[in-house]
Amino acid sequence: MGILEGKKLLVTGVLMDSSIAFHVAKLAQQEGAEVILTSFGRTMKITKAIARRLPTAPEVLELDVANREDLDSLAERAREHVDRLDGVLHSIGFAPPGAFDFMEGTWEDVSTTLHISAYSLKSLAAAALPLMPEGGSVVGLTFDAKFAWPVYDWMGVAKAAFESTNRYLARDLGPKGVRCNLVAAGPIRTTAARSIPGFEQFEEVWDRRAPLGWDVGDPVPAARACAALLSDWFPATTGEIVHVDGGVHAMGQ
Amino acid sequence: MAQSEQEILDGLAEIVNEETGLDTTSVELDKSFTDDLDIDSLSMMTIVVNAEEKFGVRIPDDEVKNLKTVRDAVTFIGGAQS
Repeated sequence: MGILEGKKLLVTGVLMDSSIAFHVAKLAQQEGAEVILTSFGRTMKITKAIARRLPTAPEVLELDVANREDLDSLAERAREHVDRLDGVLHSIGFAPPGAFDFMEGTWEDVSTTLHISAYSLKSLAAAALPLMPEGGSVVGLTFDAKFAWPVYDWMGVAKAAFESTNRYLARDLGPKGVRCNLVAAGPIRTTAARSIPGFEQFEEVWDRRAPLGWDVGDPVPAARACAALLSDWFPATTGEIVHVDGGVHAMGQ
Repeated sequence: MAQSEQEILDGLAEIVNEETGLDTTSVELDKSFTDDLDIDSLSMMTIVVNAEEKFGVRIPDDEVKNLKTVRDAVTFIGGAQS
């Protein structure tokens, strides 16, 4: 029996089959979960095509995390396919190109980045909450925000806000039995990563510093950690960040 | 099973037409996806995913940036099929 047997999960952020979320959905199905996906706007078509590459092609719901109506109707629309949710994966982020220049990024660039990449964790959790009356697990993906990285700039600041949002969510949803945790993955060569100018500079850091080594082409270790946090195997863990980074976070310079 | 250049071109033109509404006859070998056909990165991703399914090939993400013209795509798909 799989570790997610009988679980019903909402997975955001499946774009290509290189997406971390694609591998979470795939592992989840292999471990016995029923999965529904979300996508939005023009990416919907891509997500639907990629969804057919999963062991079982899931439903794909429209969800723009900046759209109030999409959020307000999410639970009702999901209920057409599942009677409840046991877990939600947040794998959403966006920054306009200007946000990757720290000193020049405008508030417009930064506020969009924060809205889509940090505040959306609260929005998504709140939207899914009506489907988790007996508790559940919310899992998100971060990139260790304790440090200033090359090129990451305002996205790094948004990740710090994201990590803090996770802790506040853990505080407010804990009494409802909902656990909130993040996976801090090392750099993985996804579509999102490719959109970051100078992404290869992260790869050099990991090559040099990961005691376990690190494969930027392999999203499975991060996906496995997400699946584990979505399962019943972390029943007393919330507000936590699990590092899946080959050990880089624990090393000195 | 490998297809002829013309078969791949015809199939690709159908995919481009479906995504962009461009007439299939405008999808010619020497046309650039971005400069001539005005296809943006998101449409290109959709075209790539659909082409992978239609032609039974894998087009790695790293390869997509090298597919500048329709001919580049037809050649890559033909090579990947054989």
